[in-house]
Amino acid sequence: MSTIENLSRRRFLQGSAGLTLGFWLPAVAAPAAGPGKAGEDAVGPIPFEPNAFLRIGTDNSVTVISKHLEMGQGTYTGLATILAEELDADWKMLRVEGAPADARRYNNLFWGPAQGTGGSTAIANSWEQLRRAGAAGRAMLVGAAAKRWSVPAAEIAVRDGVVSHAKSKRRATFGELAELAAKQPVPTVLKLKDPKDFRLIGKQVKRKDSVDKTSGQARFTQDVQLPGMLVAVVAHPPRFGATVKSFDASPARAVKGVVDVVQIPQGVAVLATDTWSAKKGRDALAVNWDERAAFKLGSEEILARYRELAKKPGLVAHQSGDTEQAFGKATKVVRASYDFPYLAHAAMEPLNCVIRLGDGGCEVWNGEQMQTGDQYALAGLFGLKPEQVTIHMLYAGGSFGRRASKDSDYVLEAAHIVKAIDGRAPVKLVWMREDDMRAGYYRPLFHHALEAAVDGNGRLTGWRHRLVGQSIIAGSPFAAGMIKDGIDLVSVEGAANLPYAIPNMTVDLHTPQDIPVPVLWWRSVGSSHTAYSTETFIDQVATAMGKDPVALRLELLTKHPRHAGVLKLAAEKAGWGTPLKSGKPGERRGRGVAVHESFNSYVAEVAEVTVARDGSVKVDRMVCAVDCGIAVNPDNVRAQVEGAVGFALSAALHGEITLKEGRVEQGNFDGYPPLRISEMPQVEVHIVPSVAPPTGIGEPGVPPAAPAVANAIAAATGKRLTRLPFNPAELVA
Amino acid sequence: MIELNVNGTPQQLDVASDTPLLWALRDTLHLTGTKYGCGQALCGACTVHVDGSPMRSCSVPVSAVAGRKITTIEAVDKNRIGKVVQDAWRKLDVVQCGYCQSGQIMSAVALLSQNRKPSDEEIDGAMSGNLCRCATYVRIRAAIHEAARALV
Ligand code: FES
Ligand code: FES
Repeated sequence: MSTIENLSRRRFLQGSAGLTLGFWLPAVAAPAAGPGKAGEDAVGPIPFEPNAFLRIGTDNSVTVISKHLEMGQGTYTGLATILAEELDADWKMLRVEGAPADARRYNNLFWGPAQGTGGSTAIANSWEQLRRAGAAGRAMLVGAAAKRWSVPAAEIAVRDGVVSHAKSKRRATFGELAELAAKQPVPTVLKLKDPKDFRLIGKQVKRKDSVDKTSGQARFTQDVQLPGMLVAVVAHPPRFGATVKSFDASPARAVKGVVDVVQIPQGVAVLATDTWSAKKGRDALAVNWDERAAFKLGSEEILARYRELAKKPGLVAHQSGDTEQAFGKATKVVRASYDFPYLAHAAMEPLNCVIRLGDGGCEVWNGEQMQTGDQYALAGLFGLKPEQVTIHMLYAGGSFGRRASKDSDYVLEAAHIVKAIDGRAPVKLVWMREDDMRAGYYRPLFHHALEAAVDGNGRLTGWRHRLVGQSIIAGSPFAAGMIKDGIDLVSVEGAANLPYAIPNMTVDLHTPQDIPVPVLWWRSVGSSHTAYSTETFIDQVATAMGKDPVALRLELLTKHPRHAGVLKLAAEKAGWGTPLKSGKPGERRGRGVAVHESFNSYVAEVAEVTVARDGSVKVDRMVCAVDCGIAVNPDNVRAQVEGAVGFALSAALHGEITLKEGRVEQGNFDGYPPLRISEMPQVEVHIVPSVAPPTGIGEPGVPPAAPAVANAIAAATGKRLTRLPFNPAELVA
Repeated sequence: MIELNVNGTPQQLDVASDTPLLWALRDTLHLTGTKYGCGQALCGACTVHVDGSPMRSCSVPVSAVAGRKITTIEAVDKNRIGKVVQDAWRKLDVVQCGYCQSGQIMSAVALLSQNRKPSDEEIDGAMSGNLCRCATYVRIRAAIHEAARALV
């Protein structure tokens, strides 16, 4: 058992709903009740709230408060599992509720003073916090039972929401003890379980959101209806940087249901009583745009500039050994360069946000991913204090990074509309799919150039990797910590920390400043391109060296046992080295591998592909091995990796946002098609047993998928694909 | 006024006749389980049943379905196949973000109503109009097989 002292950081608060204890919080005490306080609609009276994450009702309901957004990644279930484990709660009686925006209680411990969800941190940053929260609640329930029954606390057992004393054959439910538990002293020393005693963590528990999400009951931002609410659809500029010159509102106003048309900094908003009328009104608007300052380059021109830049050295992100010398002495040099397009997140729920301005504050309903940033942005616009901005965190219909807006873009757009109508009605901003796809905030377009040096003894001695692409972190609240000496750390993550033991290595970066296309983190961020270039290039080097791709990697990974561990496991489960069943006449089949660490989790994937005569690629099977520390919910780890494979294949096979003369060419799923079920491979996920603290799983399954497939294609056809998405024309037999 | 029969209840709607069924369901009848994803019959998030057949409600004007029987996700469990499919989805924890899943379930119910024992290829064929950006496809296939087993 681990014992944790936390006397110094405790804060007591006597609140109206019983005892509330702000646990492990910064020095400022949290209010016991406040605007947007979760639980207003909870079942039964809530006499016991031992901390900010847990409430127990007299009806035995146990409510876990999630400070993180549920956007599909299984957070609500995972966080509840951790707390319920230490509380010994009854999983069936447990419900999860989204926390209000309050950085004092609900900050992301990895982000310092800000509340928000991202970077696959939800489970990792909450692990200790929620174990303690559960253990504290349990200790107080035990204390209450000991008092009521006059027995030693040490003789009391807790299991599945029932507290019992074997000798006296007494038992009580959590609900029965809740009131008395609230009066118990807050424990100063907490006993956490030995992982071998876990009953929920690492076991099969059911998702907490399955029932609501299979009956149409789950509430997304799109579903919010408020009395008197207006729906807004906005005419956005056709190019980045264009502004409204003039507009004629009359055709929009002529649409039945349209009640107002207002200009905002982002364009022209049409407000109506319902979505369809607002959209019809928006489509009827005639807007003249001032495009003098607008960005007018196309993707091909941007790429051409990047290729020019790549001829010159950039800022050095990593240097070890003497790379010049290694290349000078090389007997063989391998080269490749890569082009990665802009990518849209294209979550199934297009962006939207509901805002109501009232006396003394504003209320937001949103699939909220950046509470603190959005509170400050809205407070600034409305002249409020951040704590006067109440945020109701609803389910998000996907995000993949998009709802974690670095500058509150869509939330502010909704707020500007509310402001333009003087707050006279609540407003639901709805982006049509085309608005969502054309708004920017893309995974940045990147160009990479790689070179490897092999010496006369057949050793890989030198590695050069140059990257060119826009900075995501610039202009975000993370800039101070994540841009070091001009280098955006996420531009080079996965490249600057290449795990392979290559004695002489240079990684450098160009960050073009003159491309105003908004860019943003996209599921797995920098690793979405660095894993592809590094893992296909090392494969190409292995071929050039006449080595097996798995064997070469393992030789170079001796200092990285967790990389090596997943690589060996995936290779073994995939039958690496055994012959692949051949395809039909004309079909070429191949197997390929990739391994990559991101967000402190390690994933290796082996792909099996079939390439048809016409060059079309079918991914048949993906065998994945994952080391994410303790797998809190193994089934969710599997689900996330399955989904990550599909998400990555969408990009590899089809995903490309292109600009032409500054205009985005794609608008809907016809031009930007996500993977369909008919293209989805079989996916096997193997989890490495671990006692290390849990790390992320929402993103780490993405990076190795595309390079594993590309390496399989190379094995099948001899052709190395260096431009994404894959072009079947390059693979015609 | 347009008359619709939704989940067994007759409804009078005062909406423009070109209003897609999707928005009439969501904004007028407040049946928000049916989702908007693309508005172009490209994603399937808006799938409902009209007289038992799957339809993309974003691309059907209400006037075209006046008087016909419309079933949405909110009432899918009223029929045996619907209930079995819903249970299979829950048993296998298919959902991730969940936004596409109403449409997935409606399409799966329609498939199983026609074909009690679909193969993987038949599932892929019937379900390929339903996008899932979370790519829950592995489990969608498994849940349809699971439901098919439970229906025999
Ligand atoms: S919203 Fe109807 S098919 Fe996409
Ligand atoms: S579950 Fe998220 S789009 Fe399907």
